[in-house]
Amino acid sequence: MSTPSVREILSNGLWHNNTGLVALLGLCPLLATSSSAINGFGLGMATVLVLLLTNTTISAIRQYVQSEVRIPVYIVVIASAVTAVELLIHALLPELHKVLGIFIPLIVTNCCVLGRAEAFASKQRPAIAALDGLATGLGFTLVLTTLGGLRELIGHGTLFANANIMFGEAGRALTLHVLEDYRGFLLAILPPGAFIGLGLLIAGKNLLDARARQRGAAVPVVQATHCAPSALPTP
Amino acid sequence: MREILRQMGRSGMILAGFAMVSVLVVAATYHGTRERITRAQQQALAMQLDTLVPPARYDNQPTADTLQLRDAAFGSDSEGTVYRARKAGQPVALLTTIVAADGYAGPIQLLVAVNADGRLAGVRVLSHKETPGLGDAIDIERSNWISHFDGRSLDDPAEAQWKVKKDGGVFDQFTGATITPRAVVKAVHRFLEYERDHRAALYAAEKTR
Repeated sequence: MSTPSVREILSNGLWHNNTGLVALLGLCPLLATSSSAINGFGLGMATVLVLLLTNTTISAIRQYVQSEVRIPVYIVVIASAVTAVELLIHALLPELHKVLGIFIPLIVTNCCVLGRAEAFASKQRPAIAALDGLATGLGFTLVLTTLGGLRELIGHGTLFANANIMFGEAGRALTLHVLEDYRGFLLAILPPGAFIGLGLLIAGKNLLDARARQRGAAVPVVQATHCAPSALPTP
Repeated sequence: MREILRQMGRSGMILAGFAMVSVLVVAATYHGTRERITRAQQQALAMQLDTLVPPARYDNQPTADTLQLRDAAFGSDSEGTVYRARKAGQPVALLTTIVAADGYAGPIQLLVAVNADGRLAGVRVLSHKETPGLGDAIDIERSNWISHFDGRSLDDPAEAQWKVKKDGGVFDQFTGATITPRAVVKAVHRFLEYERDHRAALYAAEKTR
């Protein structure tokens, strides 16, 4: 496997192969913890940390692990990284730990962690693998925070409420009461809101991609049409 | 055959090696964070206790003056912890966590504080899974409903009125959610009765180590 460029890694992790919007991995925590922007951001950051640790470690040990036992070894590495991260969060950000609860240990079962280990980190240099972990994690965080923000805004009329659980007392200033005297919209906070919200985000991404493709195609590349007559541009 | 066995042995060694290193990493992290976690948990508890019984009202350490009890009044099968606040040795208030097992979506954990005269110093919800936007109004972050318990006692309101309004009592229910407040009112009332019947013993009992 050739080494992809930094640009490719970033654009894949954040957009083209985004865990939440394209690969659709890790939906369980994505849907469950995205009830507010801060909750989503917290779990996203925990995932970034785990992906950084596991991708780097797995890349560093790739020569020593036989392919027969590689999956168990990856699982051991991932499980211990997650446990360590969970203990750290419990010690340093107890309130965030309380809110996210079971979803921090459940990062172990987030397929994107094992997926990046197997598909990428086990074949690349540690520095590249670490960057991939960072990009993938940040892509996941982006979706989590956006979906969380969307649901919080529609459901409660606020943004970044309870920011103090991540940033200390100074975080309270971050809270935006976007809509004053808002009665709330229950659907957005309940699980169906997560599914609908995620669906809208995926649709939005596809729309943007389609627009970009159209714009890219409209200018130069028309010569490919002879091998695909059905794709002839209609006037 | 021999080749296979050797291969298996090597794979086993690699797995064992990684397992060992991982255990070391986790153990080291656990060791490094244990103290902070315990401290954070105690701090969180003390802060919650303080919201109901302000520190100015007592001069002992309620988190150290505890009783471990098992009684149906606590609403759970496991042992409940009772924290006792005193001033100059005199009883000030009891604080404990009780469980309203019949919430709409599973058990609701409540922190109750009862003054030594039988009046409620306050009630707070510690954890619940009630419907967001409906039942979660029992949470002080969502509405001040729970503060209507402040100062109440078994005589105020009278016995028959310790219910939600829909059942002929004095406590409001929420639009679309009666089960949740009903469960909370019932659990608080049950603990108040227990406290009245055992008050002297609860303050006098030797603290559990």
